[in-house]
Amino acid sequence: MSVRIVVTGMGWVTPLGHDLEGVWGRMMRSECGMAPITRFDARTFPTTFAAEVRDYDVNAFVKHPQAHATAGLNSRYALGAARQAWAQAGLDERPAPSLRRVGMYLGAGEGVIDTANYFAANVAGWDASAGRVGGAWFDAAQRMLDRAREVEQEPNMPLAHLAREFGIRGPSYNCLTACAASTQAIGEACSILRRGDADAMLAGGTHTMIHPLGITGFNRLTALSTFKGDPTKASRPFDIGRDGFVMGEGSGMVVLETLEHAMARGATPLAELIGYGSSADAFRITDIQPDGRGAAAAMTQALAQAGIDPHQRLDDGRPPIQYISAHGTGTKENDSIETIGVKRVFGELAPSIPMSSIKSMMGHLIAAAGAVEFITCVQSIRHGMLPPTINYANPDPELDLDYVPNTARAAKVDTCLSNSFGFGGQNDTVIVTRWRGA
Amino acid sequence: MGRSATHVVITGLGPVCGLGVGLEPFWQALTAGTSAIRRIDRFETGSFGCPFASVLPEGFDVRTLVPKSYRKGTKVMARDIEIAVAGAHMAVQSAGLVTRGTEGATSVTIAPERFGAHIGAGLIAADIDELTSALVTSTNADGSVDLGAWGNVGMNNLTPLWLLKYLPNMLACHVTIIHDCQGPSNTITCGESSALLSLGESMRVIGRGDADACLSGGAESRVNQMGLMRNWSSGRLRAMPASAQGHELVRPFDAQACGSVLGEGGGILVVESAESAARRGKAPLAELAGFGASQSVCADTLGMDLSQTGEDIAAAIESALDDAGMTAGDIDAIVPTGCAVPEVDAGERAALERVFGARLSTLPIATVVPNAGFCGAGTGALAACAGVQMLATQSIPARLNASATPGLDAAAAASRPAALRAVLVLTTSLGGQNAAIILRRAS
Repeated sequence: MSVRIVVTGMGWVTPLGHDLEGVWGRMMRSECGMAPITRFDARTFPTTFAAEVRDYDVNAFVKHPQAHATAGLNSRYALGAARQAWAQAGLDERPAPSLRRVGMYLGAGEGVIDTANYFAANVAGWDASAGRVGGAWFDAAQRMLDRAREVEQEPNMPLAHLAREFGIRGPSYNCLTACAASTQAIGEACSILRRGDADAMLAGGTHTMIHPLGITGFNRLTALSTFKGDPTKASRPFDIGRDGFVMGEGSGMVVLETLEHAMARGATPLAELIGYGSSADAFRITDIQPDGRGAAAAMTQALAQAGIDPHQRLDDGRPPIQYISAHGTGTKENDSIETIGVKRVFGELAPSIPMSSIKSMMGHLIAAAGAVEFITCVQSIRHGMLPPTINYANPDPELDLDYVPNTARAAKVDTCLSNSFGFGGQNDTVIVTRWRGA
Repeated sequence: MGRSATHVVITGLGPVCGLGVGLEPFWQALTAGTSAIRRIDRFETGSFGCPFASVLPEGFDVRTLVPKSYRKGTKVMARDIEIAVAGAHMAVQSAGLVTRGTEGATSVTIAPERFGAHIGAGLIAADIDELTSALVTSTNADGSVDLGAWGNVGMNNLTPLWLLKYLPNMLACHVTIIHDCQGPSNTITCGESSALLSLGESMRVIGRGDADACLSGGAESRVNQMGLMRNWSSGRLRAMPASAQGHELVRPFDAQACGSVLGEGGGILVVESAESAARRGKAPLAELAGFGASQSVCADTLGMDLSQTGEDIAAAIESALDDAGMTAGDIDAIVPTGCAVPEVDAGERAALERVFGARLSTLPIATVVPNAGFCGAGTGALAACAGVQMLATQSIPARLNASATPGLDAAAAASRPAALRAVLVLTTSLGGQNAAIILRRAS
């Protein structure tokens, strides 16, 4: 492989906390971030719970609070996660020689809509006799909607805030491929580094859809769990009783660098990113290829780039991948087809590869999900521990892999694979391995 | 030849905007100097200060541009998606490709797993009439929405697939399904730079051997109530005199420029490896020779303090030139964003002066926004289509409205022939992403 890419910094803001090791510790204890929704009154919604970020103050993370005074929640989460990653990478003490050679690739979701004012303006502008919104809407909207709050909803605003905070001036992108976005962002960031278009990239995702229209949209699609008991038991990936995903929110950010750049500035690699694959189902807008072909294509490409034969055990008998961070949403369809896809790729080795879903504990961070799951993979390697799939009570006979049920497990982990699949058929896979030195 | 080992070419163009659907009406209108900007009559604009836009021609019907078997799928398409689907249809046709989406095709001319899609998209606003007709079923006496009633019954007035009309990746989703693009695909959401960043990503994907061809570009329609309000909020739209004539409003780089006017539109281009084009005997329309990107650091939240961005934008241009193995002296024409927002124009102008120096005054500028409106994520795709066609026809399209500005060849002028070796296409976005591509005359 020509250019080696290393991870030198990681950070996250999640429903389980806002610091790298604290969140990791909670996952190791099988804690769950789900509770009744507090952000708005969701008591009559089909789904009344979510995994919310709690007690978070962006000002604890930024050096220029005024520059972010109007930032939306998505940008606030991104700033906190990015500051942690920036600090761990030592970019303040051992800066990159040129911020023009530092870029960004985010899979950031849109900002939160100003629901109360937006709804009120719409109702005020409604012309009941015509059955449509009339010209009065503009009077109401100009009176009610805040200019900055509207602009902050643009999906590229997290990039603008991060640029303002860190002075980053290299190639910058935001991709929004639904639930695959931040895995794709990390993979594409690698491609940019490999090609030499930048020396370091801030990559990851940020998103929240815990607002009335977000929950409405996914409730109408019947994608969310409508579990009636304790919310912490609602997300049940791979369990036969799984009935949908639980909405989470937050951000995950990593600093990726070419090995040469990291070494030159004396940074400490945490892991090495060795494979990325991306494919499209090109099947249906609502359904996944039932044979797992799209998912398998992304995994196969990533394995090929990493130079890993999925059917070949290591010399010590372990499978070539020792942990898979599943997309594992907890919907009937995803978990079945992901299992089929993994079997398609790894054949008879599939049952020997532990595969868990942290969405059982922190919910589905949508565009940001892939980034926090990528960080989870690096943490697994560093700590020699696998995070569990909690709420796994009743196995689905069709789903017969090792889902690391309910409790964290010690394991010798060197190489992990992380999957993300998006509504609309986007499939992305990244592979990360232990840093073994230059 | 630049840093890429693989030659990447453009073999198909599918612009879709107020000027028409497909290359012919688009180029004809640009050459003739026609503008599609009119007073908005799609919905009532009340007291709104800039009630003008360019909208798709009357009679546009996306159902006629998809295979019969896919007509049902058009029911869940926001306007933005329709534009991308129409653009892909026209681009595939223009490139002479046969895909699963080609009516009556028995075999295809591109392998699905070698066929990618990179389509820029914006923040898609929900259909306000559909949403509000549901909201008004759940209001309190004071007109506010009762979330309790909404959760119980109100939301059931929205179709189950409601959300899927508005996810930005649904542009690429529908296009990849229709044309069976199973290769790398992405949805870039970087405002007005989305389309050029997408073209750059297609170029990179093909350059590294992960695909033979990609459907690439961007599309957006902000000609709706929220779209207007958001662009008003960001200062891209400003109050226009009540007596204004739409087609005269947009004056890029003019000292009298007074803001932009929105359009709905965008385009899809077929980006292909030169080898793949040669294999199927398709002559390239232009070479996609270089790509560069950068981020501006903008101090204010509304993205209006652009005084310091010239250097940042110039960095994107210089990196694209370097990528193409060219210098500024190799460029013979420029298609900038040219949106007539004075602060945005000034940033672009400062960058161009930095890169081209005194020679800038002799380099023809081509503009698309005065004709087709400012099309958000689609704007760069229209600019790229214009750039390719300039090279293919060796001509500069007409320019509208702008009066003479010293040091810049950007004033209103008729179309004219020109010897063009290479064209720079440039976009800058609210949010600070800058992207540049270099198009070279096909050899």
